[in-house]
Amino acid sequence: MRRVDPGDGFESWREAARGLLAEGVPPGEVIWEAGPQTSLFDSPASSPGKPLRGTVPPAFLELARLVACHRDPRRWSILYRLLWRILQPDGRRLLELASDPDLAQARTMEKNVRREIHKMHAFVRFRKTGEDESGRERFVAWFEPEHFIVEAAAPFFRKRFANMDWSIFTPHGCVHWLGGVAKSSPGVESDPCDDRDAMEAVWRTYYRSIFNPARLKLKAMSAEMPKRYWKNLPEAELIEELGRASGSRVDSMLATPGRVPRGLPRNAYLESLHRLADPE
Amino acid sequence: MNVDEKLAILADAAKYDASCASSGATRRDSRGGRGVGSAGGAGICHSYAPDGRCISLLKILLTNRCLYDCHYCINRRSSNVRRAGFTAEEAIDLTLDFYKRNYIEGLFLSSGIVRSADHTMEQVVRVARTLREEHDFRGYIHLKTIPEASSELIAQAARYADRISINLELPSQRGLDRLAPEKNLNRTQAAMGRIRDRLDEATERRKGGDRKLRHATGQSTQVIVGADASTDADFLGRADELYRGYKLRRVYYSAFSPIPEPSSLLPLAAPPLVREHRLYQADWLLRHYGFRVPEILPPDAPNLDLALDPKLAWALRNRHEFPLNVQTASRGQLLRVPGLGVRNVERLLSIRRQTWVRLEDLARLRVSLPKVRPFLITVDHHPARELLDSDRLRARLVRQPEQLDLF
Repeated sequence: MRRVDPGDGFESWREAARGLLAEGVPPGEVIWEAGPQTSLFDSPASSPGKPLRGTVPPAFLELARLVACHRDPRRWSILYRLLWRILQPDGRRLLELASDPDLAQARTMEKNVRREIHKMHAFVRFRKTGEDESGRERFVAWFEPEHFIVEAAAPFFRKRFANMDWSIFTPHGCVHWLGGVAKSSPGVESDPCDDRDAMEAVWRTYYRSIFNPARLKLKAMSAEMPKRYWKNLPEAELIEELGRASGSRVDSMLATPGRVPRGLPRNAYLESLHRLADPE
Repeated sequence: MNVDEKLAILADAAKYDASCASSGATRRDSRGGRGVGSAGGAGICHSYAPDGRCISLLKILLTNRCLYDCHYCINRRSSNVRRAGFTAEEAIDLTLDFYKRNYIEGLFLSSGIVRSADHTMEQVVRVARTLREEHDFRGYIHLKTIPEASSELIAQAARYADRISINLELPSQRGLDRLAPEKNLNRTQAAMGRIRDRLDEATERRKGGDRKLRHATGQSTQVIVGADASTDADFLGRADELYRGYKLRRVYYSAFSPIPEPSSLLPLAAPPLVREHRLYQADWLLRHYGFRVPEILPPDAPNLDLALDPKLAWALRNRHEFPLNVQTASRGQLLRVPGLGVRNVERLLSIRRQTWVRLEDLARLRVSLPKVRPFLITVDHHPARELLDSDRLRARLVRQPEQLDLF
């Protein structure tokens, strides 16, 4: 057995995995763990096997890049096992076998990561902090992702908001777009700018007004917008109140006597409309 | 009245429109431009209201003043609701302010009918045009159009918007005559036909190499369920006609819900929300699973079974088609197995080329075993014939009634 450090991302893991393949080390012989590379249990570095070479389908790289963003430490060994199996004769077809336990597990991780990237695109809330002499506006946001997805999620913001300056701060790394230049910086523990944005109150007005109390479905809402995101969403503070008041709002609608239709007002357009012949 | 107060009225006025899609636009982003915005990927739901509905677009009416008297609508002229109107600038600023803060994917703009169809349409188009031309806004825009507006105005709307729509509201003219006397089914469908021609033209130009062409890519509509006596067969029959004849992207089914200004012509009680849900499921079967309306709704049962999803209901009426062997059944047959979705059918087709499919494989694909077991044969499972024939099968597959409103 040997312990191998996967490093902090896909590229470092890929480097380490290449080394292991060149030595022909099978997946069962590797423990992926941070720390110096060592042999365990005193055994001399296990006897070198046959070096494994070959190319992998692009679909595997795409999968591996996303799985690498997952926070589960088992991701490295699952990826290495898949890689090892794909490089066996006839192994390429493994990626078409969605029911394979290793692949199913990797696909689940991939799905979690994709979902979290999507949720970051959805739930980041920028706050305006000012603008420069040229009128270019500056925004900041604080987000707490569940996986290591900040870099993977950033291109979306650079494309959508190319003509503003912004920073997104998270515990797992920060990304910035300043004067059209992308920068990254290490994660921070808490929101470094805690000033609010006046538009948040207007946004809450919208949230309150677009809600239909006659269709209260808190469970459906929480499935798509789980509670853990609420603390960074300015509108979430309304959820409880809106839910609580919905019953009595509907009761009062039902208790309102029906309004009697009013006759056709004198209006040339309406009269012409009622005269319009059916096109058929 | 300040903008915040107007927003409260004009968002409230717009919330009965169920459409929230922000996908399917032509791909673009703000690089190389002056403004903000991107579109063309899958849509994003930026928030969810406590009614479980996604909030993707700033959905507002330009004004809720309205000449029409549609009885299901809170903005009809007979309603005593408070009236307001945005200036074009106010609607534009709100859109941009929300967009830059990443609250929304874009704007969904509709309006009460004031003065005339053309006048109203001009106001709506002006907002979209200013957003596009003066602010170089590249986010999503959905414009509601009016069938009686001039073709030229509808064509302009299609140039600035990504999606345009006209609400059909009710599937029959009889229903409209009673509940929406200013609306006309034939005029609406004629306008949809003209929009379809424009959309086809734009598709051709894009195929011909005009990749930068800015034009809407689709149209959709909405019908109101439970406001009149229309059956599910009426709704789905009409929807099917619209999908085929006018290539609509979506038909939205909106269960009529109580409003603060009820009309004396409408039922007090709302239809069960599950009816709306079943209509969406059936609609899905029409568009993605190769079903025809008479298969989903036989002539003697024009309404969907509220206790069963429509695919399962079909399977129970057609037990002679089952069980199917997962190893040999065709794609079309597998799509009809309750519990198998489009993606899992594709996966199964590729898995079975390599190996025998077992129940545990299905479980790993997250297929619900209790649901598929009576209908599928796998190498390690053969459903008991008596189970498939038994009257108890329906009872076993029906969800408990108290769960029905939790979907």
